Amino acid sequence: MGTVLVLGYGNPGRLDDGLGPALAERVAALAVPGVEADANYQLSVEDAALVAEHDAVVFADASVSGAEPFSYTELEAEDGTSFTSHHVDPRQVLYLAQTLFKSRVRGFLLGIRGYEFNEFDERLSAQARQNLDAAAAFLEQHLPTVPPVDGVGTTG
Amino acid sequence: MADKRIHIHPVTRVEGHGKVSIDLDEDNNVKQARLHVVEFRGFERFIQGRPYWEVPVLVQRLCGICPVSHHLCAAKAMDGIVGATTLTPTAEKMRRLMHYGQTFQSHALHFFHLSSPDILFGFDADPAIRNVLGVAQEYPELAVQGITMRAYGQEIIRLTAGKKIHGTGAIPGGINKNLSIAERDSLLPDIEQMLEWSRSALQIAKDYTVENLEMLAPFGSFDSNHAGIVDANGGMDLYDGKFRVRDAAGNTLLDQMDPSDYVEHIAEEVRPWSYMKFPFLKAVGPADGWYRVGPLARVNVSDSIDTPEAEAARAEFMSVTDGKPNNISMAYHWTRMIELLHSCEKIKELLNDPDLQGTDLVVKGERREESVAVIEAPRGSLWHHYRVNDRDEVVMANLIVSTTQNNEPMNRAVAKVAQDYISGVPEITEGLLNHVEVAIRAYDPCLSCATHALGQMPLTVELIDAAGNVIETRHKG
Repeated sequence: MGTVLVLGYGNPGRLDDGLGPALAERVAALAVPGVEADANYQLSVEDAALVAEHDAVVFADASVSGAEPFSYTELEAEDGTSFTSHHVDPRQVLYLAQTLFKSRVRGFLLGIRGYEFNEFDERLSAQARQNLDAAAAFLEQHLPTVPPVDGVGTTG
Repeated sequence: MADKRIHIHPVTRVEGHGKVSIDLDEDNNVKQARLHVVEFRGFERFIQGRPYWEVPVLVQRLCGICPVSHHLCAAKAMDGIVGATTLTPTAEKMRRLMHYGQTFQSHALHFFHLSSPDILFGFDADPAIRNVLGVAQEYPELAVQGITMRAYGQEIIRLTAGKKIHGTGAIPGGINKNLSIAERDSLLPDIEQMLEWSRSALQIAKDYTVENLEMLAPFGSFDSNHAGIVDANGGMDLYDGKFRVRDAAGNTLLDQMDPSDYVEHIAEEVRPWSYMKFPFLKAVGPADGWYRVGPLARVNVSDSIDTPEAEAARAEFMSVTDGKPNNISMAYHWTRMIELLHSCEKIKELLNDPDLQGTDLVVKGERREESVAVIEAPRGSLWHHYRVNDRDEVVMANLIVSTTQNNEPMNRAVAKVAQDYISGVPEITEGLLNHVEVAIRAYDPCLSCATHALGQMPLTVELIDAAGNVIETRHKG
């Protein structure tokens, strides 16, 4: 059995932007052997080193306009140029993990739909919390392995 | 042909949302070039009514890029509220370790992953390789060094602040934890490697600047004032000190200014076209009183650095301009790497200091209603000013961030590069537009305060004619 990393990212002080870290917190509380959970404000290049140590990584992020309650897709490593900030695209983290650290890690993106982002407050909107519950239940039923992409009736 | 306007929105590889607009006339001459920053408002109001002891944690919501700087600056301000004029050695050194860890990881990330693509491949290089992934392909050792250094700094933050998100290490009057022997010993084995890589990065930045001086010297450059905090002897101190401003020729305009006096000396000008304000020295006025902050400014205003290798590097840097301030925008990279080495030297010094294992963590004194603090965040001076009522509620908060202080300088850099490289050119290529971004990136601006969630458009370039019609749109990413 391989190891799985659930990596949530977002700013919990920006309402639903905290969905990713909230999911990581849920997973950490499960304490499933072989499953590691981590969170940060945003993805960064050094996450490639951590990702490379695992067989699979589930990136968990808030989604502004994606499917409800969440979307779940497998990612292809990508050497694109879409650097807007210190925030790095998860496909590029995968690329760095595979290129620099010779990892064969597979990557998945769990985009949890959020609704409120543009205020300073550490809470999730009611609908986002429901979406978080659904995403957490989806992951929980499959851990310590990653869910199959076509394994549930998500619309993403 | 009608006048045209080019928008670069947002500025790539810069935190948050920025937009560059370049207005061209019918002959493609640049009429006007500006950097606009979409600043998220309302944070100061959000803090009002909150208990003062919550503020060092609350302010980290402001920014996912430099939360540690806001955390420490707010804690320093709240030291003033609780009357903690002098912290215990353990508290001050733990905070300093957190701060140097933040500076180390921030400078490493900027150099290796935000600026090195421009430096290693050239400003005009194919954008398909001119990014950190291109660096990973062509210079894998450098890419691994950058990642490892960034991770080392982040680990220092985690061990001193308690956790990666919304750390709680600094509290009014001190800290809430020391560094255990086990935590110290988890960091010490790698410090020599970090020093070696820091020296190497400094060498790259210095060699690049010296070897390309003819091209870099005028690139987005202009004379300006420079500002930063210094210690009592005029030496560099990134964590605490008094404010100093020098002009382009090296004349000292302001020295040993206590942070609490900032309202007497610094004002913020509002201009109708920008959300972001323009700070300036009151004594000089808005036209000439603006100043640069950050690594270049700090090295220019410091008489010395209290770690040997960084001091030698500072002396070498200043010798290029015969001891006078260096006004080359692209020299930010060289000075940033001097600070990277300085931070690493300080981390080593602190890790070997037994005070970090002390147990005297908090002091208090006579309660006060108002306090101002300044800290040198990686990008420059950061100010926090609070008033607290007798029910311990914050009733006033004012924050001046480093990027705001660099607002006028960045606008000058954009205008200079646009004039030098874009004006009169028949076809505006991606490489030419990247020249503008290179100038902005030298300042390592943090335009944060925007959420980053899925669905964000990475880069849009719009060409708009005088009537407001979008005649060309480019997307990147």
